[in-house]
Amino acid sequence: MAGDDERIPVLDVRGVTKTFPGVIANEDVDLVLHEGEIHCLLGENGAGKSTLMNVVFGLYQPDKGSIRVRGEQVQFTGVGDAIDHGIGMVHQHFQLIPVFTVAENVILGNELTNGPFLDINEARRRIIELEDKYGLAVDPDAKVGDLSVGEQQRVEVIKALFREAEILILDEPTAVLTPGEVDEFFGVVRSLVDQGKSIIFITHKLREVLAVADRITVLRNGKVAGTADPSTATQKSLANLMVGREVVFQVAKGDAHPGDPVIKITGLRVEDVRGARTVNGLSVEVRAGEIFGVAGVEGNGQRELVEAVTGMRPKIGGTVEILGQDATKMSPRQITELGTGHIPEDRNKHGVVGAYSIADNLILNRYFKPPFARRWLRNEAAIASEAEELVAQFDVRTPGIHVAVDNLSGGNQQKVIVARELTGDVKALVVAQPTRGLDVGSIEFIHNAIIALRDKGVGVLLVSAELDEILSLSDRIGVLYRGRLVGTFDGADATREELGYLMATGAAPESEEAAS
Amino acid sequence: MSMGTDQRDLEPSGFRLKVQEAFQLQPVLVPLYAILLSFIVGGILIALIGVNPFEAYWALLRGMFGSKDNIAASVARSVPFMGSALALAFAFRAGLFNIGAEGQLLVGGVTAAWVGTWAWMTDTPAIIAIPIILLAGAFGGFMWGWVPGILRAKTGAHEVISTIMLNSIALFLVRWIVNSRDPVILRDLEASVPRTEAISDTAELPTIIDSQPPLHWGLFVMLGVCFLIAFVLKRTTFGFETITVGTNPHAARYAGMSVDRIIILAMAISGACAGIAAASEVSGTNQLFQPGTFALIGFDGIAVALLARANPIGIIPSALLWGSLLSGAPLMQQEADVSIDVVRIIQSMVLLFVAADAIVRYIFRVRGEAEAHIKASTTGWAGQ
Repeated sequence: MAGDDERIPVLDVRGVTKTFPGVIANEDVDLVLHEGEIHCLLGENGAGKSTLMNVVFGLYQPDKGSIRVRGEQVQFTGVGDAIDHGIGMVHQHFQLIPVFTVAENVILGNELTNGPFLDINEARRRIIELEDKYGLAVDPDAKVGDLSVGEQQRVEVIKALFREAEILILDEPTAVLTPGEVDEFFGVVRSLVDQGKSIIFITHKLREVLAVADRITVLRNGKVAGTADPSTATQKSLANLMVGREVVFQVAKGDAHPGDPVIKITGLRVEDVRGARTVNGLSVEVRAGEIFGVAGVEGNGQRELVEAVTGMRPKIGGTVEILGQDATKMSPRQITELGTGHIPEDRNKHGVVGAYSIADNLILNRYFKPPFARRWLRNEAAIASEAEELVAQFDVRTPGIHVAVDNLSGGNQQKVIVARELTGDVKALVVAQPTRGLDVGSIEFIHNAIIALRDKGVGVLLVSAELDEILSLSDRIGVLYRGRLVGTFDGADATREELGYLMATGAAPESEEAAS
Repeated sequence: MSMGTDQRDLEPSGFRLKVQEAFQLQPVLVPLYAILLSFIVGGILIALIGVNPFEAYWALLRGMFGSKDNIAASVARSVPFMGSALALAFAFRAGLFNIGAEGQLLVGGVTAAWVGTWAWMTDTPAIIAIPIILLAGAFGGFMWGWVPGILRAKTGAHEVISTIMLNSIALFLVRWIVNSRDPVILRDLEASVPRTEAISDTAELPTIIDSQPPLHWGLFVMLGVCFLIAFVLKRTTFGFETITVGTNPHAARYAGMSVDRIIILAMAISGACAGIAAASEVSGTNQLFQPGTFALIGFDGIAVALLARANPIGIIPSALLWGSLLSGAPLMQQEADVSIDVVRIIQSMVLLFVAADAIVRYIFRVRGEAEAHIKASTTGWAGQ
């Protein structure tokens, strides 16, 4: 029995179960990959996608079940075995050495030698051959650190092909790419399957699945929740499979009733850690009761903008006014005390103290105020009762308020941050990448919480790399390009294409420019 | 998406909680096994030189606790280690590696002795004079900790480097203060060895047991400081800020805490802990200041604190162990002819095994991961 057709699959995973102490990461999972096929593995974070792929790639040994490669039963004891069987993996986090060239990175661990010396010329020749064959344009002599994220990803693909991979596992390959790069990457994926490679594509983005998949397997809680055919499946049906319940796609959102400006940024100039001026003369007004979305390719000044507004980074020039007060030189604490909430981009670095309990994290910015403190002393009872209340209100899934935040899932960690930043006397909210890496259920929850706050008259500055998020939440949208807002749109009128083009080029399409 | 997240998300989290509870024994388990292991290796060492290790250890044990006087002496030897260990531990909780206790003790000690020799102190009742001399010691240590704190906060100079240098500066500074005959600064000109004049009788901490060294009220002072520091860390908002800065300085800044202020204060308070221990020695043990009496107490404090995993209460048994071993060793040398250095070797091995806890975990099958902050200290520079 080899699935629904007669060919022998290139990869046949049968009944794989993998447990970790106390956790069943995969339970009785089947997966069949045919030659020249793109098989999408879809699932929320924690559904067991990565575990399954690590089993296939030889990083873990399954407790039960079998893996066949081209009909041959295999038992991998390490990554080397998997590579020998023609399996290659492109990890979500690239495993490249920035100071080495492309060619050096590609041969790393598989060095071609000529006597005692590296035969880099032979390697270059083969890399160029691969590039021509699959349409992967990268300069083999460029330093990897100088390449864009999209190019680095191509290097990872070349690395796998160089080791003669026939089966490629791509772990969330589009998470780091801009919309334009995603299209380009899909082109590469298609040319790979056209040349007979087989691909397992791991993702949690429904649009992508429908765009590239030949076959879809959905994982939920470590089990196969179902398989789907992309020609008949819809985003909604896939999401329901993934989450296990009905998912409301469009965020329900009434009209905005904007009031006075709460955040007023004029001519802001900010430098990044290396001293490069990444925000350069940016001006924007966020009014009470509206969500202003900042779209843009990452690295165009988003981080510095957010840090400057929240007082975490000094400004080189320009002014920031929050609720009518000059906040240009204020400290993070002063800005918080004005009534500003801040959901930071880097959850683990800034948002939480992982080793602390949920309760302590929920008061991280107000531990010094009554009722949480009586003069110098912490008031444990008040801290606990606040935690109980917020955990219930924000639906943080946890066995108790004294659990360390490190032990929560990303979605629940983010809910802790959101709970903290959205409660209290908040009038302005700065939000950066609020749903990065979260599952559908948590995204829905956090989006609704932000909209509810807007409806209460809070002004929200939203920065996100997810265009869908910007589009579905924002009342107005600005495109950030090289530290400046190059266009402002009404949230209802903006289209993906329009924004995407502006994000990539910093200017509106020429035809339209000529017309206007 | 890493494997870690996969596991986390899947489990009902309650499991992990139970595991954590089960691991509560852990912080104690590893040091205890490390001590056991060190004595085993030390025993082998003793056997190799042809001495029966059981006889040697029996002598050591009697030296430590064999009589009332021996017990008192053991406890007395332990008292200063509580202060020098707190000096490491408090800064440690703020993410700093203060190895300047040696210098902070010296400056605290010389300040205490100087204040103790003020003429009007002789007319001051003990109830006032003793707190004054202790506070003087704390102040000296506070200032000597404040300097590397401010250097770290304002210029980024690493506290490991600056405290090492300040140890040297303190050592030669107090030597000069106590040695110099022309001009006379604090030297007692009658004495044959360099030392200060005796402090006022009223500033002396009362002796409890007249052992060698004497057990005095400094014990209760240092126990009080241990509990006070534990309370500050656990119950006050300042303690919360300190631990937040030590655990995640980025999050601390984001939450509006002044990281610089905490760093400076944490270093200064650390110094004050060492300083008050030095004052207790000056006031209770020697009644004068002599630089040599503080040699190695600061550095041993690092070991005592790490053995206690930077827990202020844990420092108490840890210091008692350390002091008792040093106090008991001479009897082992007399009776079993095993050098005092063997005890030093055993002590060093204890710390080595605590640092390389993988060895202990492997031999004694202790499960679990090392606490991150302890790991950082023993494998890198306080997580730098």
